[in-house]
Amino acid sequence: MVASPLARSAQTSPTAAAWQSLVGAPLPSRRQEEWRFSDPAGFSQLEPRLWSGPEPWVDLVLPAGVKRLDAGAAQPQIAAVLEQAHCHEHWPVRLNAAAQGALLPLRVSAEASELVLDLDAADCGEVLAVQVLLLLEPGAQLDLTLRLRATGRSLSSVVIAASLQAGSRLNLAAVAAGHLDASVLAHLAVVQDPTSSLQLTTAAAGWGFSRLEPRIVQRGGGAATRLRALQWVHDDQLADTHSLVRFEGPDGSLDQVHKSVADGNGRSVFNGAVQVPRAAQRTDAAQLSRSLLLSDRARIDTKPELEIVADDVKCAHGATVSQLQSEELFYLRSRGIAEDQAARLLLAGYCDEVLAELPAAAAGWRPLLEQLHREASS
Amino acid sequence: MIRSDAPVLLEIRGLKASVEDQPILHGVDLTIRAGEIHAVMGRNGSGKSTLSKVLAGHPAYTVTDGAVLYRGEDLLGLEPEQRARIGLFLGFQYPVEIPGVSNLEFLRVATNARRAELGHDELDTFAFEDLVRERLAVVQMDPAFLERSVNEGFSGGEKKRNEILQMALLEPLVAILDETDSGLDIDALRIVAGGVNQLASPDNATLLITHYQRLLDLITPDHVHVMAAGRILRSGGPELALELERTGYEWVDQELAVAGVS
Ligand SMILES: Nc1ncnc2c1ncn2[C@@H]1O[C@H](COP(=O)(O)OP(=O)(O)O)[C@@H](O)[C@H]1O
Ligand SMILES: [Mg+2]
Repeated sequence: MVASPLARSAQTSPTAAAWQSLVGAPLPSRRQEEWRFSDPAGFSQLEPRLWSGPEPWVDLVLPAGVKRLDAGAAQPQIAAVLEQAHCHEHWPVRLNAAAQGALLPLRVSAEASELVLDLDAADCGEVLAVQVLLLLEPGAQLDLTLRLRATGRSLSSVVIAASLQAGSRLNLAAVAAGHLDASVLAHLAVVQDPTSSLQLTTAAAGWGFSRLEPRIVQRGGGAATRLRALQWVHDDQLADTHSLVRFEGPDGSLDQVHKSVADGNGRSVFNGAVQVPRAAQRTDAAQLSRSLLLSDRARIDTKPELEIVADDVKCAHGATVSQLQSEELFYLRSRGIAEDQAARLLLAGYCDEVLAELPAAAAGWRPLLEQLHREASS
Repeated sequence: MIRSDAPVLLEIRGLKASVEDQPILHGVDLTIRAGEIHAVMGRNGSGKSTLSKVLAGHPAYTVTDGAVLYRGEDLLGLEPEQRARIGLFLGFQYPVEIPGVSNLEFLRVATNARRAELGHDELDTFAFEDLVRERLAVVQMDPAFLERSVNEGFSGGEKKRNEILQMALLEPLVAILDETDSGLDIDALRIVAGGVNQLASPDNATLLITHYQRLLDLITPDHVHVMAAGRILRSGGPELALELERTGYEWVDQELAVAGVS
């Protein structure tokens, strides 16, 4: 097969070559199934210059029961977690390993602890890559809120590798408020031991390109995973969530709701893989994807990808794409509420199911996310 | 209460309307004065809800002929929200559930929209809570319903009470209540009827849409109209409703047949 001249030139442009030499692997391409809908042009036109600003989180004050590990010792542990999550070869993971950006390795033994991590790429024109390692000891509990912000040309690339031992609980929230010229890659890998529990809540708006990759592996099954996500696109934005939940033992549960709102020329992609191999008997998994299409130029691609081999399982999934309901709009208008305000109320109500689950530390971001949306749609 | 010198609040003249190019209303005439309670009765499908939706301004319905004057001014040119703000209220036959939108916030925004039109101050959340608690008494509603999403998971009766609560907050001049009695048990019916009676005054008017006498045992109408095939076939006093209760709708079919309608 002869590659088209366009594809060849994209692969051989100086920028692409620089990315390849940084990461040690070619840029993702739309010819790969995993990247079929998300055109890496969204971030790959940026020169892969690494962050030259101050290292984030050096002065972070940690709560009792949360300890920062030695960076040298942490590297192999990150690698081990990512390998258990079967994603060490993933492009965003390789990028962050190669970039050797900020590393925050934490061991959590506390029964209740709370931490907020801010990351602001501003309009740096660079690649801000960070890695976070979370090792939750048996019975440990952590509420971690990651707040990502960008206001101009930049790429934020975040890899979280978390290992949850028996009886531990991680409540991980990521809110990401971006800019049309900004991109974000977030690879969130969590390996759960039996009886651990994970809640992952993500909300992203305003990015020219965003790609979220929650990747949960229940190593021995028997754990609880709850995922809530909201992504908003408008203008020419693209938001792509590729999630994967894999059960490697029996009696695990998943409760996943993914919501998206697509306006303007925006494009929203959701690909939700759920893997239930033979060993994962009595898995109870539910996945729901709900999308709201606000413009006839916007586009939504949503695809559940259930691979179920075990026979004694409950796996429910559903996907809906709808518009603002005209009967709901009329009901509000018939009470004196102007049409645009009624639409805003309905939209906020639609998003509330996810946003209401954000922890207090992220609640302040709610107006910001809503404002980003309003600015773009007005 | 009938006073022939009371101001006309709503005047419907020769109203024709269709939905999806299907004519439904074939010329409705109705005049409602301040202080009056009207009842519109009629079989399922006779066009009662269509009339109420057209009056409230539902965009799915197209007026093809006729006029509606609200306090002497054209109503049909106004957006639904404007109709509500100047004092027209529709209690829905099927109130809509709106997940994620708090009932309390919804009631506050709606109340403030009406208040702004009347030149009253906007109520902040605290002032509004005082008001809403007071008005809850009208329908004996549990304050817990304020914390829920609009109508979400409400029983049929709770939805209807929520409609009357909205009416109590918005203080409309013309309230159209579309089958507010359906789906209510006898206790809830008494409460809702009591609320409507309490809100009726010499300055406002109520249009009750129903097909049962049992509501009219509790709220005495001044005028009763029988609707069939998109028209008002006959009008009279409360005795007309009692006659319907006795004789059923058979005669309606006969009259329609004579008129060559169906
Ligand atoms: N939105 C609509 N789309 C299609 N047909 C409608 C719609 N609304 C009402 N109709 C039709 O108009 C007629 C009158 O209905 P409706 O006004 O609901 O009657 P009623 O309230 O008296 O039971 C019925 O034949 C009904 O099917
Ligand atoms: Mg009806």
